Amino acid sequence: MISNSVIQIGIFLVVLMACVVPLGRYMAKVYGENPPLQGFFGPIERLIYRLLGIDAKSEMHWKHYALALLGFNAMGMLLLYGLQRMQAWLPLNPQQLPAVSADSAFNTAASFVSNTNWQGYAGETTMSYLTQMLGLTVQNFVSAATGMAVLIGLIRGIARRSTSTIGNFWVDLTRSTIYILLPLALVLSVTLVSQGVVQTFSPSQTVELIQPIVNADGTTISQQTIALGPAASQIAIKQLGTNGGGFFNVNSAHPLENPTPLSNFLELLSILLIPAALCYTFGLMVGDKRQGWAILATMTIILLGFTVLAVSAEQAGNPLYQKLGVDDQASALQAGGNLEGKETRFGIVNSALWATVTTAASNGSVNSMHDSYTPLGGLAPMVLMQLGEVVFGGVGSGLYGMLIFAIIAVFVAGLMVGRTPEYLGKKIEAFEMKMAALIILIPCVMTLLITAIAVSSESGRATVFNSGAHGFSEVLYAATSAANNNGSAFAGLGANTPFYNTWLGIAMLVSRFWLIVPTLAIAGSLAGKKLIPQSAGTLPTHTPLFVSLLIGVVLIVGALTFIPALALGPIVEHLLLSL
Amino acid sequence: MRTFFRPALAAIIIFSVLTGVIYPALVTVIAQVTFPGQANGSLIEQAGQQRGSSLIGQQFDQPEYFWGRLSATGPVPYNAAASSGSNYGPLNPALAEAVQARIDALKAADPSNQLPIPVDLVTASASGLDPEISPAAANYQVQRVAAARGLAVEQVQQLVEQHTSQRTLGVLGEPRVNVLQLNIALDQIKSLD
Repeated sequence: MISNSVIQIGIFLVVLMACVVPLGRYMAKVYGENPPLQGFFGPIERLIYRLLGIDAKSEMHWKHYALALLGFNAMGMLLLYGLQRMQAWLPLNPQQLPAVSADSAFNTAASFVSNTNWQGYAGETTMSYLTQMLGLTVQNFVSAATGMAVLIGLIRGIARRSTSTIGNFWVDLTRSTIYILLPLALVLSVTLVSQGVVQTFSPSQTVELIQPIVNADGTTISQQTIALGPAASQIAIKQLGTNGGGFFNVNSAHPLENPTPLSNFLELLSILLIPAALCYTFGLMVGDKRQGWAILATMTIILLGFTVLAVSAEQAGNPLYQKLGVDDQASALQAGGNLEGKETRFGIVNSALWATVTTAASNGSVNSMHDSYTPLGGLAPMVLMQLGEVVFGGVGSGLYGMLIFAIIAVFVAGLMVGRTPEYLGKKIEAFEMKMAALIILIPCVMTLLITAIAVSSESGRATVFNSGAHGFSEVLYAATSAANNNGSAFAGLGANTPFYNTWLGIAMLVSRFWLIVPTLAIAGSLAGKKLIPQSAGTLPTHTPLFVSLLIGVVLIVGALTFIPALALGPIVEHLLLSL
Repeated sequence: MRTFFRPALAAIIIFSVLTGVIYPALVTVIAQVTFPGQANGSLIEQAGQQRGSSLIGQQFDQPEYFWGRLSATGPVPYNAAASSGSNYGPLNPALAEAVQARIDALKAADPSNQLPIPVDLVTASASGLDPEISPAAANYQVQRVAAARGLAVEQVQQLVEQHTSQRTLGVLGEPRVNVLQLNIALDQIKSLD
């Protein structure tokens, strides 16, 4: 069903692009001098500033901005860790779940504070309703708002000249949360409930089976227990904030988390909504909308390429089925293809599209099991993460990552023609390049280092589920996901062990905060520079030529770093499967 | 240091209350008022008894019922308290065994059926709780179910069509048949006789 897959992907992109301008313009106003809808939001905003005890008008040097951010995130991490450790004695725990273990609680706290939302635990059997709401949902909001704040700081650094400040972290955090994330999440969560996503504080529901199950040992099971909970409110923000941590173990593959094709469409749209619209916000704030469109075009082209790869690999399927005489051809009556680990309502197209969208953005929610993908179908999401989560990426973090790549691209172009590189009127010098190199190298180093440690240690190998090349892919995928703050998994890997909880937890924190600090440093440095007028020698950064250059830089850096590792995993597995 | 500590502590408390208490409580109230059925799990009630959720599959392995996707949840299939996929890689021998076992079970229940078996009927869903199968997978089973229940094939076929959902707006998602609702409808025919 080639035509239907093209139509579904086409509709998704058209609707996404239609949202970019209105939302992008709204967000630019939110971060500006006169935020919109003052009558409603104004009093709430001022009340928050009074409780924080801050002066909203006072601006921060980049170092103060970074310190405020780190302090706030440290508090959030402590609170989330404490909640998990004490949930057994706290209210709203109808299933009477015990306290979460120390290593798992550390991993989850690191994961949600860093906007990764890697889940070593299974939601419905581990976290009380209170932990899900007061711990996880809160971090879904504020870790997203943190990413947006850093981006806005960087954009201000680019747009301003000869100043020492980049904004006020508390203002950017507050406005991101109450003007943007909360209203969108409220609308989305109620819409999702209309489709069948649950939102209740009742405990699990037990039902009488239509056909009782007789076990191999002769015992009969006549009941089914259905896990419920306040899911919709968390699912809405986990999609919008590129968090991705599901309420239930199987995330958005769960029928009570994503019940219909329409809920799937809206959840998918929500992943890219803010990251795409922020490109337009960027264009407006630097006073040249074409700059935003160029970045958005770069992201969209890379995403489309990998989507085509994943959809066609999954539709082509697994030769095993044909060998056993099973019909896996797509027709009007069935989706066909590699349906292991996929839901009937989503088929191939919506599963593979989701897999690439969720890894292009640093969302990490899943609606199918990536571990059961064909080798090339699984390679697509893995590589999208390895590109550094800059193809849409996390809310805020994706665009600031891509802007760092743009700085690298103008630097490379500058080397070619022998001129001092400049980006949007700011000279790019040694300090910016050093910081940019750090930002690009840290996730690469973390990914490869943790993969190496895991495959060469007994405790790392012990919980690999599939054998051979696919087992290596499981480990590489986990390290990639943590070190790029994505959060999706080849879920066969038993990651809820002290070994993986510790190492992946460290990777998530390092890759989040050791990237944020140099990014803010660049913001501060650029803010202090003079604007240099455009000349004949200036490389325009809104043209198709620059878009191609930027795509080239992103792909080449990723390829040079990861092809050897990929050859050991998905590539060799593909050869084994097809030869 | 106090200039950072005070706002950081206040901020985490304020945003916890706002996004962790007020927001989910507000959504719950709106959901329970506007969509109570959906918000509580889309439960199916018969004769005062909860028999399942229209969104959550159940295990069927008797010939007179339509069978759903394979389920990899433990310790029993379709355990809605602990969702899970199989996570088998494409070359995992356990995948080939599971597929072969399902083929054997389908053939044993319906030896005369020569139709090719649709792929969704031999593969495990992502959630282990998939309530639906493809129309092809339902068609494959119509003969068997009709024979086991002593019903006309046309009657069963008609019931399948009544429980088939097309793509949303003609484009989104995939056509599919809700197995639990179809089987409940079959049982209701029997009780009419």
